[in-house]
Amino acid sequence: MSFPVDGVALAVFCALFALVTGLGFVAARWKRGDLNLIDEWGLGGRRFGTIVTWFLLGGDLYTAYTFIAVPALVFGAGAMGFFALPYTIIVYPFVFLVMPRLWSVASRHGYVTSADFVRGRFGNRELSTAIAFTGILATMPYIALQLVGIQVVVQAMGVHGDWPIIVAFAILAAYTYNSGLRAPALIALVKDTLIYATVLVAVIYIPGKVGGWGNIFDSAAKVLPTRDTPGALIPEGPAQVAYATLALGSALALFLYPHAITSVLSARSQQVVRRNMTILPAYSFLLGLIALLGYVAIAAKVDVTDPNFAVPQLFIDFFPSWFTGFAFAAIAIGALVPAAVMSIAAANLFTRNLWKEYVHPDCSDHEEAQVAKIVSLVVKVGALAFVLFLPNEYAIDLQLLGGVWMLQTLPSVVIGLYTRWFHHWGLAIGWLVGMVLGTLMAESQDFKSVYPLDIFGTTITAYAALFALVANLAIAAAITLALGRRSRGPDETRADEYDELAETGEPAPTVSAGVA
Amino acid sequence: MRRWYLLLALPFLGLLYPPLYTTDSPELFGFPFFYWYQFAWVPVASILTWIVYRKTKPPERGPAEERREGRFVRREGGEAT
Repeated sequence: MSFPVDGVALAVFCALFALVTGLGFVAARWKRGDLNLIDEWGLGGRRFGTIVTWFLLGGDLYTAYTFIAVPALVFGAGAMGFFALPYTIIVYPFVFLVMPRLWSVASRHGYVTSADFVRGRFGNRELSTAIAFTGILATMPYIALQLVGIQVVVQAMGVHGDWPIIVAFAILAAYTYNSGLRAPALIALVKDTLIYATVLVAVIYIPGKVGGWGNIFDSAAKVLPTRDTPGALIPEGPAQVAYATLALGSALALFLYPHAITSVLSARSQQVVRRNMTILPAYSFLLGLIALLGYVAIAAKVDVTDPNFAVPQLFIDFFPSWFTGFAFAAIAIGALVPAAVMSIAAANLFTRNLWKEYVHPDCSDHEEAQVAKIVSLVVKVGALAFVLFLPNEYAIDLQLLGGVWMLQTLPSVVIGLYTRWFHHWGLAIGWLVGMVLGTLMAESQDFKSVYPLDIFGTTITAYAALFALVANLAIAAAITLALGRRSRGPDETRADEYDELAETGEPAPTVSAGVA
Repeated sequence: MRRWYLLLALPFLGLLYPPLYTTDSPELFGFPFFYWYQFAWVPVASILTWIVYRKTKPPERGPAEERREGRFVRREGGEAT
C-alpha cells in the first residue's frame, strides 16, 4: 500500500518524537537513585506514586499494537473484536485482589520478577526457570509488534523502508539503557495525554461527519456479514462462549506478563496498586472507544486492503495534516513505552533468574545491573531482527500464543500467592503440558485463539488458553497428590508477608522528597 | 470486612454470561444495547472496586510504626534530599 508523503504531519510527528527522546534521557535524573542497582534501573527504586503508576501501567498495558489491532479486528470481524472491553473491565477487580499480595512479599524479599517469587516460594530453580523462560518467550514477539505499530503509522505518512524503525529503536535502546524504568514512566505521561486527546477528538468529531452513531452501527450491521469471513454486530450462539472465554482468559493472563509485573512492583506501596485498580478502567473506556473506530471506518467507507491501516486511513481522511501528525505521534510514542518496559522486564528476568541462577551466582549488585542493561539492548536488537527479516505474521501469531503461554504460569504465580498446596514438580509438569497443549491447539487452528473442543459429543468453542490451563491444573493436582510431602523445596516466605492490606509501603518523608 | 470483596464478583457475573446482553434493543444514543451495556460496566466496576478499597483500607499509621515493623529497606544509593 502506498501513501503520499505528508510534510506537515511528518514535521509534527518528528517534533513530538524529539520531545520524548529528550525526556527519555532526562528521566535518569528524576527521583534520583543509583542506576547501577537493578532495583533502581529495573524498578525505578520501587517508589512510583499513584499518578505515575497510573500513567505507567496504562501506557504499558494499552500498547500501540492494541490501538492498531483492536479497531482492525472490529473493522474486519465485528463484535468478536470487542471482547477487549469486558476483558479490560474484569481484569482490575481480579488484580485488585492478587497483585497487592505479590507487591507485599516482593518488597520484603527484594524480588524483582515473578520468577524470583516462585523461586523463593517453592525453593526450586527448575520451576522458576520455567516461569522466567515463559515470560521472555512471550515478551519478545510483543516487542516486535510494537515496531510493527510504528511501521504502520510511518508508512501511512508516506515514508517507506526500514530505516525509520531502526532509528526509532536505536533511540529507544539508548535511553532505556541510560535511564531504565524511569524513561518509560516519564514518557508515559506524554504518551497518554496525546492518546486521550486523539481519541476524544476522533470519537467526538468524526462520527458527526458520517451521520452519527446510529448510522455507524447500521452501516456496520450491513457490511460485516459480507466480509470473506462473515462478521456480526452482536455475537450469537457459540460465538458467545468464545467471546466470554477470550475475555476471562485474557484478563487472567494480562498481569502475568513480565511488563505488567514490572510496573506493579515499581509502585511504592500495595495501596498504590490497589488505588490504581480503581482508576485504570479509564483506559478501558478509552480502549472501547478506540475499538469502535473500526465501525466508524466502515461507515466512512475507508478503503484499505490491510485492516491494520483502517484507523490510520480514517485519520488521514478526516483530520487536518497537523492533527494527523499529532495522532500518529501518539501511536508511535505509544509503542515506545511498552517496548521499553517489556525489554526491561525481559532483562530483569534474564539477569535474576538465568544469569544469576546458572552463570554467575555470586555476581555483585553492579554486575547484576550491568547485565540487565546489556540484555535490554540484546532483546531490542532481537525484536528488530524479527521484524526486519521475518514476515509480520509470525510476530502476530506468536503474540497470540503469548497469552496462551503466560496463562500457564498462573498456578505457580497466582495460586502460589495463596497456597503452597501444589508440589513444585506438579506445577512444572502441569506448566509443560499446558504450554504444549495450548501451542498445538492454536497451531491446529491456524493461529486463531479459539479452539473447538469435543467433549462427550458436544463441541465447545472457547479460548485455547483456558483449555490448556484446565489440563495444566489437573496434571499439577494429580502429581501433587501422588508425591505428597516428598522432596518439597523450602519456603523462604512467611504467611504474614502476604498482607495485601497493610499500609506499609508509604514513603518516609526523605523518599518522597527525592525528586531532583 | 472481607465480605466487601464479594462486590468484586459482580463485574464477572455481569459480563461473562453474554446472553444477558447480546441484544440490539434498547438502544441508547444510537448504540445497540450490547455496546452501551458493556461501556456502562466500566464506571460501575470502577466504583465497586473503589468501594471495596475504601471499606477494606486499614487505618492510617505513622512512619514510626512502620519503622518498628522493620519492613524490607530499599537500597537508596544516590538518594537526593
